[in-house]
Amino acid sequence: MALIKTKHNRRSFLKVSAAGGAGLLLQFSWFSGLAQSDAQPEDIAFDLNAYIRINGNGTVTIFSPNPEIGQNVKTSMPLIVAEELDVAWDQVTVEQAPLDTKKFSRQIAGGSQSIRAGWDGLRMAGATARYLFLNAAAKLWNIPAEDLVTEEGMVKHLPTNKTIAYKELIDEASKIEIPEEVPLKAPKDFKLIGTAVKNVDGVKIATGKPLFGLDYMEEGAAIAMLIHAPAFGMKLKSFDATEAKAMPGIKDVFTVDTSLQNPSWADVNAFNELIVVVGESTWQVMQAKKAVQAEWETEATAESTATHLEQFASVFSKGKGEVARQDGDPDAAFANADTVIERTYFGSFLAHNTLEPMNFFADVKADSARLIGPIQTPEALRGSAAAMLNIPGDNIHVDMTRMGGGFGRRLYGNFGLEAAAISQKIGAPVKLIYTREDDMTQGTYRPSYTLKYKAALDANKNLTAFEVQGSGIPSSPVFADRYPAGTLANYRAENFGIDTNISTGAWRAPRSNFTAGAEQSFIDEVAEAAGKDPIDFRLELFDNAIANPVGERNDYDAERYAGVLKLVREKSNWGTEIDGVYRGVSAYYCHNSYVAQVIDLVMDDRGNPVVQKVWCAVDCGIVVNKEGALNQIEGGIVDGLGHAMYSQLTFKDGAPEQQNFDRYRLIRNNEAPLEIEVFFAENEIAPTGLGEPGLPPVAGALASALYKATSKRYYRQPYMILEQETAILG
Amino acid sequence: MPQYSLMINEQEHQVDVAANTPVLWVLRDHLKMVGTKYGCGIGQCGACTIHLNGNAVRSCSLPVSAIANASMKITTIEGLSETGDHPVQKAWVEVDVPQCGYCQAGQIMSAAALLNRNATPSEDEIKNAMSGNLCRCGTYTRINKAVALAATKK
Ligand code: FES
Ligand code: FES
Repeated sequence: MALIKTKHNRRSFLKVSAAGGAGLLLQFSWFSGLAQSDAQPEDIAFDLNAYIRINGNGTVTIFSPNPEIGQNVKTSMPLIVAEELDVAWDQVTVEQAPLDTKKFSRQIAGGSQSIRAGWDGLRMAGATARYLFLNAAAKLWNIPAEDLVTEEGMVKHLPTNKTIAYKELIDEASKIEIPEEVPLKAPKDFKLIGTAVKNVDGVKIATGKPLFGLDYMEEGAAIAMLIHAPAFGMKLKSFDATEAKAMPGIKDVFTVDTSLQNPSWADVNAFNELIVVVGESTWQVMQAKKAVQAEWETEATAESTATHLEQFASVFSKGKGEVARQDGDPDAAFANADTVIERTYFGSFLAHNTLEPMNFFADVKADSARLIGPIQTPEALRGSAAAMLNIPGDNIHVDMTRMGGGFGRRLYGNFGLEAAAISQKIGAPVKLIYTREDDMTQGTYRPSYTLKYKAALDANKNLTAFEVQGSGIPSSPVFADRYPAGTLANYRAENFGIDTNISTGAWRAPRSNFTAGAEQSFIDEVAEAAGKDPIDFRLELFDNAIANPVGERNDYDAERYAGVLKLVREKSNWGTEIDGVYRGVSAYYCHNSYVAQVIDLVMDDRGNPVVQKVWCAVDCGIVVNKEGALNQIEGGIVDGLGHAMYSQLTFKDGAPEQQNFDRYRLIRNNEAPLEIEVFFAENEIAPTGLGEPGLPPVAGALASALYKATSKRYYRQPYMILEQETAILG
Repeated sequence: MPQYSLMINEQEHQVDVAANTPVLWVLRDHLKMVGTKYGCGIGQCGACTIHLNGNAVRSCSLPVSAIANASMKITTIEGLSETGDHPVQKAWVEVDVPQCGYCQAGQIMSAAALLNRNATPSEDEIKNAMSGNLCRCGTYTRINKAVALAATKK
């Protein structure tokens, strides 16, 4: 039987306390006293002092620690607790926990890490509670614990069929010492994990309940909106708000500055100096914004996409890059090659465009504050707010609302800081709202990228060297230790940066979101030059890495990687040709999960590509919630296709040329694939996340399918941009 | 400011707002009905979709003065059904459509309006009718499944 450490090796007990309200509820929380005095071991992702509430009617409330951005952790994290606790899922209600670094660690939505980092701790929490109930019943009945089992929130004595509900055992359980280790269920005994469980907020979403940050409002709070410089490289010179202030419902117009002395990585912000318009209602404030007369002055270069493209065109020929990895002697291998293939790929800046624009509620008092809203990094926000407001972090309460999308944008909590600064200034609660234009123009964008790949084939069409040079504004997207590193003797990865004053940051599957498409398109082209089937070609390379890996830092498992390719090959009947159906394949590993995809593309009667079906194989270890997992992969595929095909953010004189959805193109329903079928590898490996891994490879499969359909290779994302725009990069 | 009398979800509401105030903000700010979402404000994303006499309209682009008339009946996501049991809402839960969920009220209102005028839409008709509603999370394939499911239940 697998045992897990409870991380408690001293006399510790459950703490039982009555819940507020009707008095029907009995709430007990783990070690809420202990955590304050004891430093927590660093390796615990989710300690027992996370709390579960057993309600008077026998139902269980499980608090979900991590922010919910649509990645479904509010369902899947409590599901893991419920599994080990052994309660029926319909007995469980889920509540979002507030930021509480004393009870939880890593309350972050990012990097697809919630499930991976939470897995052990969530199981341990449930298993420990179950252990205590089981032993409480044993004590009460004076029966050895070995003769007892748990089932749907009850302890059962099998020989006599006697049962007792957990809620009857709380008192007794609180007298039992928490052991150093508790048993975990074997995966074969899982009753909830691996099943398809629906989103816990599904009904509330379908009936329009106020779940989101933008929906959160308090009586008497003012509405605020911002005006920032119209372009990167500009700053405020002066403004006149006489007219705006006289407009109905407008309370004040002033400036704030959210600059911090020691900003953290989460404090990236496009503009710190902002004009604020405060009023009674959103529409009134929107109108007044237009009436503010502001003068801006140039303080730095006004960048444009045209100049970015010129910078990219020469970046690899000027100076030396930073060599991130070199195996063997690639230069010699290229010199001796029979064929050298060299291709350059380009990707535009992208805006996040969460459908819910940035917003936050703040109520800042003299020595305390409440900050409520959609934030992926509540702890970082609290730290920055404490520094900016000069209020101790312990006095700042942060609540996370459900988020209308995150995709990385809400890792950077500038909007939370702005709301706090405004509330402090007006001495009253405030709700800050971005318009879509504000949201798109005050971003932390996906950087613009270029990648140059070079491959050498010998006379026998074997791949003998591989080189990738990457550049980005501001930094390169290359993962030096990823495939095909490790599969061949001669390899080099090199990075070149380009300075910018445009603010950039993480965007769903950072770097992978572009690299996967470029790399996998290139591999397709190399396979073609080698005269090999694109799947066979990839698998041969994996065979090398399985038998004889080159280098020690390869950050993927070649067998699992090859596994998803084989799975998608089998499921999609790869190799069977259907007239008028064009196929492309791709495989990528990121955020600890493996994904391979095959796209079936047809051309409609107007010559537009239509993705008929996407076949997808995934290895994320144990699948926690089948329904949520499918949803993440399907969403990643649609999102990845859309951005590869249609989306771009271009700049002119420092200003984004797309400021709303009239010019910024997001994929629409009639452009999405007609069908997506997903297959999961079956194993008992600890689960990894799925919020990001489904997205990156699809751009590669798409480019290869498009090539089959049009005989044209696609080097520039988005693929469906006007021909004349491609002139510079060629 | 002018006073308007509005019929929303079969109830009369009085509001005191500027004539050009979009119905979206009247709902959200003045009537505290926040199920209808803001996404773009220019009629491009569909997050703000409501029904005007049973037809889908973008409430961000509909000034309040245009609906201040007893013959103009507004339905929002809050009023689509009394207990969340409209066939489209049930299908949405059944198919587990939402990811972040932000776009879904608008999607549901567009779907319900489609089924009002076409009880048995084809796959293409569904896709076209639903193409005014953006979903950054990419739930389109499930949306289409849910609309088709709801059509069988109407
Ligand atoms: S908010 Fe009305 S269509 Fe986008
Ligand atoms: S579910 Fe997130 S935007 Fe549609």
